[in-house]
Amino acid sequence: MREASYVKALNEALIEEMARDESVFLIGEDLVELGGGSGATKGLAERFGAHRVRQTPLSEAAFVGLAVGAAMTGLRPVVEIMYVDFVTVCMDQIINQAAKLRYMSGGQFTIPLVIRSQGGGGTSEAAQHSQSPEAWFAHTPGLKVVMPATAADAKGLLKSAIRDDNPVVFLEHKLLYATKGEVPKGEYLIPLGQAEVKRPGHDVTLVATSLMVHKSLAAAETIADEISVEVIDPRTLVPLDIDCINASVRKTGRLLVVQEACTRGGFGSEIVRRVTEECFDSLRSAPKVLGGANLPMPFSHPLETACIPQEETIIEAISSLLAPP
Amino acid sequence: MKIAPDRLREMLRLMYRIRAFECRARQLFEENRLRGSFMGALHSYEGEEAVAVGACVALRSDDYILSTHRGHGHCIAKGVDVRFMMAELLGKETGISKGRGGSMHMFNPALGLLGGNGIVGGGIPLALGPAFSAQYRHTDQVTVCFFGDGAACQGNFHESLNLASVWKLPVVYICENNQYAVTTPAHESIAVANVADRAAGYGCPGEVVDGGDVLAVYTAVTKAVQRARESAGPTLLECKTYRYQAHCMVIPDRRDPEELARWREEHDPIYHFEQYLLDRHIMDEAQQSELNEQVHETVEEAVTFAEASPLPNPNTVVEHLWAED
Repeated sequence: MREASYVKALNEALIEEMARDESVFLIGEDLVELGGGSGATKGLAERFGAHRVRQTPLSEAAFVGLAVGAAMTGLRPVVEIMYVDFVTVCMDQIINQAAKLRYMSGGQFTIPLVIRSQGGGGTSEAAQHSQSPEAWFAHTPGLKVVMPATAADAKGLLKSAIRDDNPVVFLEHKLLYATKGEVPKGEYLIPLGQAEVKRPGHDVTLVATSLMVHKSLAAAETIADEISVEVIDPRTLVPLDIDCINASVRKTGRLLVVQEACTRGGFGSEIVRRVTEECFDSLRSAPKVLGGANLPMPFSHPLETACIPQEETIIEAISSLLAPP
Repeated sequence: MKIAPDRLREMLRLMYRIRAFECRARQLFEENRLRGSFMGALHSYEGEEAVAVGACVALRSDDYILSTHRGHGHCIAKGVDVRFMMAELLGKETGISKGRGGSMHMFNPALGLLGGNGIVGGGIPLALGPAFSAQYRHTDQVTVCFFGDGAACQGNFHESLNLASVWKLPVVYICENNQYAVTTPAHESIAVANVADRAAGYGCPGEVVDGGDVLAVYTAVTKAVQRARESAGPTLLECKTYRYQAHCMVIPDRRDPEELARWREEHDPIYHFEQYLLDRHIMDEAQQSELNEQVHETVEEAVTFAEASPLPNPNTVVEHLWAED
């Protein structure tokens, strides 16, 4: 074990999977010189050749469509959309094509496709470069949705996503790329659909995704003397490890979901729905979702900060679950 | 271009089969509608037979095609068994897509049929995939992408033609210009005289072809396929044609009846080709009626097969979504 950054972990996963399987290729914008939007593909064109690291024109619909068609005919494409906000211009290829072609063909095709992209705010890039749209994908039958929060998870989940025979939307967070953590060297796979308890506790179950995992862990640490918070990262939204979450709620009786995405219609509501349906009797207070504001992400730093759950607001939300009615 | 007599008669057989299949499918649709059961949206290919046949006969069985919402003709021309197509139209378990796809979504990987598409223009980016895949795997397979004059107005068309040309992908784009996008005439949608003229903007050859002349289509596609196999890149062909029915079975036909009569009387692709074969003694009248009878028998057998087939068991509805199922 040694320390590596989240972006380095992604880079390592790509290198290992490309070396392991010649049908894996990368496609997206500015992948060669820049290494893509995050630097995750840096050095890969030199290492594996330009034919396996395909730098495209700014034509997301064309290259996502290309990837879907290539996956239908025996390749394993890993697509990068520079910012997840840009998926809107290729949404048809993701929602109507990638997600549906296997089912509509009666199972005659497999579509082993990964679409990597970066989401999230916090860098003053305004509303068209800061979204967390995981619910769009999780809502669509036929897509798996992965959101790694740590460097190790980034590596283990990306390797599994590339080996998966289904379309996988793999959402990274722009503020996580530089974060460091212990990352296993060499072969390291985390199965899709396996949550992780990031911090054990017994008073409140806090389910958080992506960057919110770190803010939630910080909040849990700050109030550790008063409230014992169990922090769970589902890591993949589809498939969702609801058993892990339910087991925790049965122990704590309280549920808070923290997400950066706008609260309304978000994935947090889905987790609350499942828990309410499946362990209503264990709940000692109403479950709660703390999400982003229902607004386009503003540019100016204080406005942006006000739209995203922060350590203080997470602590408030935790405390409210324990407040007497 | 010299074409063996057997092959010429085979082309006529396929055109007969498409016409007979479409007429019978329309009948079934009406019968079902009277009984209060619906077969979805049926888009008839009658009148356009020469395009699918001329194109697909110019292909190898391992070449790929992308079809459209009006796709029965492409499937038949690529060699799909009409029994499984008819069963799919009736939503049967034996259908080509096991009742999950219907008229617009017929697939057959063994024949390189990568599906129709319910999204107009949806197949245009997808077609880049098998073409890229062949280039990547160093095979000389070619992809043909059929699309209509309506799809030519989608943004995907621009992105895809450009990318295909920049990367010299082995793909032939065939615009079936049947003059109307649902009810909107092509001249109200397209700013240039011919869709093929746009090829200049992509640095690839573009050619207008008489879509009612199966030999003209065959000749043009053969040349384009040759170019693609030799890694010289894509070609944009525009086959001018006309559909004999309204956009689909549930939309009234508001086209000028005289215009329709003129196309039927003066440009019918089947009549035109029958006369060609008879005049040159490639086929005599006895052979012609034998062909016709065989085709009608094949289609009737398909109806019998489809009607006798079971409906899918609702308990199987979740099957075929995920690769691991």
